[in-house]
Amino acid sequence: MSSEFAWSAEQVELRRTVRAFAAEVSPQEEVRRLMASPLGHDPAVWSRLGEELGVLGLAADEEYGGAGDGLVSQAVVIEELGRALVCGPLLGSVILGATALGGLSDKAARAELLPGLVAGRTSAALAAPLHRGGFDPAAVTVTATARHSATSPGGTTSPGGTTSPGGTETTGHTLRGSVAHVLDGAAADLLLVAAAIGGTDGGEDGDGDTVGLFAVSADATGLVRESTPTMDLTRRQATVSFNDAPARLLAAAPEAATVLATTAETAAVLLAAEQIGAAQYLLDLSVEYARTRLQFGRPIGSFQAVKHLCADMLVLVEQARSVAYHGAWALDEGTDDPRIAASLAQSVCSTAFTQVAAMAVQVHGGIGFTWEHPAHLYLKRAYTDAALLGSAEAHQERLAQLVLDDAGGL
Amino acid sequence: MSAETADALAAAGASQDDDRARVERAAREVLAGIDPATATTAEFLGACYDAGLAWVHFPVGFGGLGVPAGLQAVADAILAAGGRPDPFLNNPIGVGMAGPTLHGHADEQLRARLLRPLYTGENMWAQLFSEPGAGSDLAGLSTRAVRDGDGWVVDGQKVWTSLAHLASWALLLARTDPDLPKHRGLTYFIVDMHAPGVEVRPLRQATGQAEFNEVYLTGVRVPDAHRLGDVGQGWNVAMTTLMNERSAIGDSALDRGSGTIADALGLWRDRPDLHTPALRLRLAGLWTQAEAHRLTGERARVARTAGPPGPEASIGKLVGAELNQKIYDFCMDMLGPEGTLYDSYDDPADSLQRRFLRARANTIEGGTSQILRNVLGERVLRLPGDVRVDTGKPWRDVPRG
Repeated sequence: MSSEFAWSAEQVELRRTVRAFAAEVSPQEEVRRLMASPLGHDPAVWSRLGEELGVLGLAADEEYGGAGDGLVSQAVVIEELGRALVCGPLLGSVILGATALGGLSDKAARAELLPGLVAGRTSAALAAPLHRGGFDPAAVTVTATARHSATSPGGTTSPGGTTSPGGTETTGHTLRGSVAHVLDGAAADLLLVAAAIGGTDGGEDGDGDTVGLFAVSADATGLVRESTPTMDLTRRQATVSFNDAPARLLAAAPEAATVLATTAETAAVLLAAEQIGAAQYLLDLSVEYARTRLQFGRPIGSFQAVKHLCADMLVLVEQARSVAYHGAWALDEGTDDPRIAASLAQSVCSTAFTQVAAMAVQVHGGIGFTWEHPAHLYLKRAYTDAALLGSAEAHQERLAQLVLDDAGGL
Repeated sequence: MSAETADALAAAGASQDDDRARVERAAREVLAGIDPATATTAEFLGACYDAGLAWVHFPVGFGGLGVPAGLQAVADAILAAGGRPDPFLNNPIGVGMAGPTLHGHADEQLRARLLRPLYTGENMWAQLFSEPGAGSDLAGLSTRAVRDGDGWVVDGQKVWTSLAHLASWALLLARTDPDLPKHRGLTYFIVDMHAPGVEVRPLRQATGQAEFNEVYLTGVRVPDAHRLGDVGQGWNVAMTTLMNERSAIGDSALDRGSGTIADALGLWRDRPDLHTPALRLRLAGLWTQAEAHRLTGERARVARTAGPPGPEASIGKLVGAELNQKIYDFCMDMLGPEGTLYDSYDDPADSLQRRFLRARANTIEGGTSQILRNVLGERVLRLPGDVRVDTGKPWRDVPRG
């Protein structure tokens, strides 16, 4: 067990390696080229991250190709990728997809699906409502219907199927419904889908006791994916529709809701790492500009109005770093209520990154509002990150429930 | 790694182990020799001093053992567990600032005479730095020290002096040459607070209390032997004092929900009749900020054990002061009309109202928030300094007011 905030020599080296790699493969011209490309990222770079550097599955178990290092190391990597806005299915496949798969009790499914994600050979996307700051079963918009057939005389069970007590065999499910804002969903090889089992009555009571987690392959019949234009061109989204699409059950109720709730917490912390990496970059960029930009015959950073803006950015970044890594350590070591640690991380880091992004544009003045300058790329990432896994306010609300309403939290 | 390097490292490690064992042994011997439950504070702290456990990195005979400063924590842990009264709380300016300043800049005779009664609290200490005309711009201070035979004569006024009414000694920064630019014309002294011409007046503050004093210095004679550092080197000596002021703050971990946020949480718990949805979200926001502040302090504490302090160490005072104000603003808003009452300005009880008023000083004392943002901007982010109109000018030609 490592003590909180004491980074190991390996983690320091890991940061250096990933930063150097990101600088090499993801200079700003490359980010701009990729964000205008149909796919949105370079699969060769993504697979180098997975196989050559081996940094996409640091939190995944070794038997699935991961490193078993835990979330702190994974957060270090994500912070550095966020700093350089490295394009790739980081949020969909690593932060959400691999996390959800890693939480499954179904070892066979983990063994089959995780290694590809960890190696960067395949990618996944998660179609589940996490935008309110946790998994929200009441917002599940997909329903799953079991497909039955008579039990075969020999009593064999098809792979992945289950035998129901009624003497019929569940050979799989079909999904109906549509999910918007599926991150990295258009290009994913594998869709992980939260769906209410049992037709239209499932999931409406909102407690998740009918929600299952399903896998749908990219070539499934009845799967329609529509890429949706996004404000942040470096982070793709899709609307995914299922028209009786065949699906494989990965986790039944009530396991699925637990897996998805844990996924939301882990993702909150890992996304926080991306937020601080990008915010730190903007701070560095702004300070450099304030040192060198001359107006009234002197550097603008010598004016207290600008200097204090930079000082406030520093405070925001440093505090965000503390809560983001507290979250990673707390989830790794079990030293804090994971719900509190996760909501702290998203609440503080979403606020910090959006404020820092706005302040960075302000420090840069007119140049910071041009298309050529990188500030807008980060500004768009900041507001997108803040919205996707629960707004700062949504996480504040969760904290209010946990800390103020539940007397035990005091 | 070469064999020689390995040997050298092993030897350094072994000597560190020896030092640690020495500190531990000395601390246990103190506890075996004197019982803090029956001894007076001064007797017990005197025993600690004599054992070299006051500041372990000071030389033997001067309250130390000549071992690395990091081992102070080893001594403190054993002694505190054994019931030692806190020497810092007993004489905060003396132990926190005057001790290290004397160690760094006083001659052997002064150190031998002053350090022990300082540590035991028999001699309380105060700090005569700030003046009515020199707050943020400390180096612009006006109190004059003029050569007179084998000593100096000091005239001026100091302000915001805590403990001046109890102090035997004070640290003084005074101007010895008004014709030099401000930093270069300062000299550092220690002053006998019982000397003729020293007058201490309580300074009443907005809460009605008088935590601080004004100190009037009128023709106060200070022997030249009580000068610390060379004439004109006062600013450098003062930096020793002020650096120790900063490092004296925040060396221990805080629990979640402790500190000033506890007042807001307590009010929320005790007064459900005052709950509103808007206050609830506001308090959750303050709690979140308090956690970010607490965790950043914790990160700074961990980083200090691994190397030089990083930027996270510089932001605590700024954030804490502004957060305190927001927390007590919240308490006042939650109290509503009740918050407009105040029991007495002659002898105010320790109420949320008094804490609210007191918090207004948090963003001024120990460096205003504006100065701290300059410090963050210039020393941490390395932004260029503002244009200065007093640089290089003789102090006497710089406008004041």
